[in-house]
Amino acid sequence: MNQQNPLPVTIYTPESAIANPGRMLRDMVHDLRMSRELSWRLAVRDISAQYRQAMLGFLWALVLPVANTAVWVFLSASGILAVGATELPYPVFVLIGTMLWAIFMEAVTAPMQGVSAARDMLAKINFPREAIVIAGIYQVLFNAAIKLAILLVVLFIFGIAPDWRIVLVPFGVASLILAGTAIGLFLTPIGLLYTDIGKGLPILMQFLMYLTPVVYPLRGEGRLSTLLLLNPLTPLIETTRAWLTGGTPQWLLYFLATNVLAIVVLLAVWIVYRLAMPIIIERMSS
Amino acid sequence: MNDMLIKAEGVSKRFCRSLKKSLWYGTQDLCSEIAGRRHGGHGQLREDEFWALQDVGFELRRGECLGLIGRNGAGKTTLLRLLNGLIRPDRGRIEIRGRVGALIALGAGFNPILTGRENIHVNASVLGLSRHEIDRKLDGIIDFSEIGDFIDTPVQNYSSGMQLRLGFAVASALEPDVLLLDEVLAVGDAGFRTKCFKRIGEVLQNAAVIFVSHSEAQVSRICDSTLLLESGVAKHHGSTSDGLRLYRESQQGPAPPPRIVADASVSALELHHVPESMPWGGMLEIELAVKISRPIMLGLIFVHFSRDGEYQANAEVRLESGGAMQLGDGNHILTFSVGPVHLGRGRYQVSVSIFDASGKTTIFQALDIASVDVVGPATGGVPHLVPIAFQVRQDVASPVRTRLTLDT
Repeated sequence: MNQQNPLPVTIYTPESAIANPGRMLRDMVHDLRMSRELSWRLAVRDISAQYRQAMLGFLWALVLPVANTAVWVFLSASGILAVGATELPYPVFVLIGTMLWAIFMEAVTAPMQGVSAARDMLAKINFPREAIVIAGIYQVLFNAAIKLAILLVVLFIFGIAPDWRIVLVPFGVASLILAGTAIGLFLTPIGLLYTDIGKGLPILMQFLMYLTPVVYPLRGEGRLSTLLLLNPLTPLIETTRAWLTGGTPQWLLYFLATNVLAIVVLLAVWIVYRLAMPIIIERMSS
Repeated sequence: MNDMLIKAEGVSKRFCRSLKKSLWYGTQDLCSEIAGRRHGGHGQLREDEFWALQDVGFELRRGECLGLIGRNGAGKTTLLRLLNGLIRPDRGRIEIRGRVGALIALGAGFNPILTGRENIHVNASVLGLSRHEIDRKLDGIIDFSEIGDFIDTPVQNYSSGMQLRLGFAVASALEPDVLLLDEVLAVGDAGFRTKCFKRIGEVLQNAAVIFVSHSEAQVSRICDSTLLLESGVAKHHGSTSDGLRLYRESQQGPAPPPRIVADASVSALELHHVPESMPWGGMLEIELAVKISRPIMLGLIFVHFSRDGEYQANAEVRLESGGAMQLGDGNHILTFSVGPVHLGRGRYQVSVSIFDASGKTTIFQALDIASVDVVGPATGGVPHLVPIAFQVRQDVASPVRTRLTLDT
């Protein structure tokens, strides 16, 4: 029976996996395939556990963006802040912005949160480490779906009719998650060793939010708009918002370029993550 | 089926004592790893580091079981984690063929809110079972765990024993080629433990097993060979009985000093004859010379065997009223024939205590006056009673030399 089905051989040496790229790529593909079922199980576990213990259930996905929107609508309506004219009614503009931003944020924090929560398991059981990250992405996707459904209801209430381009919205959301995961996974290895990263991240993200047209529109000229345009997240938010509301996206090429960049970065940080896990597990538990 | 499944050569691992430095070294290692350099540099120690494991090597075939013994902190767990691929060696090489199963972290990844059934799916998935295998084995797992109707209840309502049983049932459903076992067997109630052993016995025949345990009886029953680790170094690799003997010796500190407590009637006491070792089931002859300065009545005589300060067995003689023995002035030789002694193998301390007929007044207690090695099978240390015969003779010829150190 062993002749037909030779046993897989695993070798552990001090050599860096990157020194043998061919084998490393093979292992990466193999582990990714092995993670499919496991990551699904983990995601189902986490999602059902999360909602089983919460009375408001799915509504929790909305609390933060809605609260955020309320604040901005209030600030703008009371004249404390002059946001400027938006094509969309301002509440809709802000709600879409904060919802999309929330999706991005979740994607950023998911890898580190997932790995942190699975510490015990990681330290004791050998399973494809990708599964934790993928499970996190599933959860983000699940929450994003709820948010999108709510957004559609809000659009309908405000009488905003999206055109055919609404079918492109999932691509927009996917690229937000892609970019978020790339950033989050990049921070994960060091963030697990030093808690500073976890503490600094929300502040950094808050700052980044104001450098992205989330709560105010991108205007034609000025220093701020140059700065906003340098931010590769801008085309992601802008394009997705346009697709949602029947507008014409202005930065389609930039949007694609950001995605290509995000994919390249994600591949690179995936490799780093793989290399880092044994080192981190060793330091976490010792 | 006689194929080599584990091959470890010169495996070394270093750890760091200081947390701050450890994190910093981790960051350094991470950078050099990304740069494609060897993990652990050229195998030298950095500041505050030490070898948690040094040059350990062994080979294991299917159907063989290697016992991993050693004190806490000797590197057993580190070796298991290396074999499991959780951490990487700093030197050396490990080659493993086939699926690795570990009965180490039972119930890892259990979510307390989810039901037992849901947790089986998750846990089995984490351990590497495919959905197909899980579906096929689900009923078997539930049966084995003896959870019954509670299987659809959240795991947080389970007793710790139930969680453990469920964890073991899932973990042991894996059919591994290489099994890592870490003293999980010391848990659960007796009935379930028996079942666990039976299940492990089944796996043993089809896998290469590494078994970490402190229980001599378990190791000598299951293991074909043992690896004794001492401060990260393999002190012994070979026959189980030798390994266990060395381990026992390494565990034994120097024998505790004898302590003698006596009342005023005993002025000197000397141990004449105790053999250094005896076979299991053999007789132990003890000769004790005492010098009596005031006549005494012997009533109760005890001989204790203790190990690491704990009583393992005792022998007693009760000279019932009327039979109480009077010892006059002068030297006497007290002879005790204790046995057959059915103590598990190991080194024991022997103590002799003598009380008067009422059992209330201590005439003397000679604690830890001798140590004796019992040679034979390893058995559990269940305290028991040993037969004894006792006689006294007047001894005029040889004077009793030892002066008493009187504890008051």
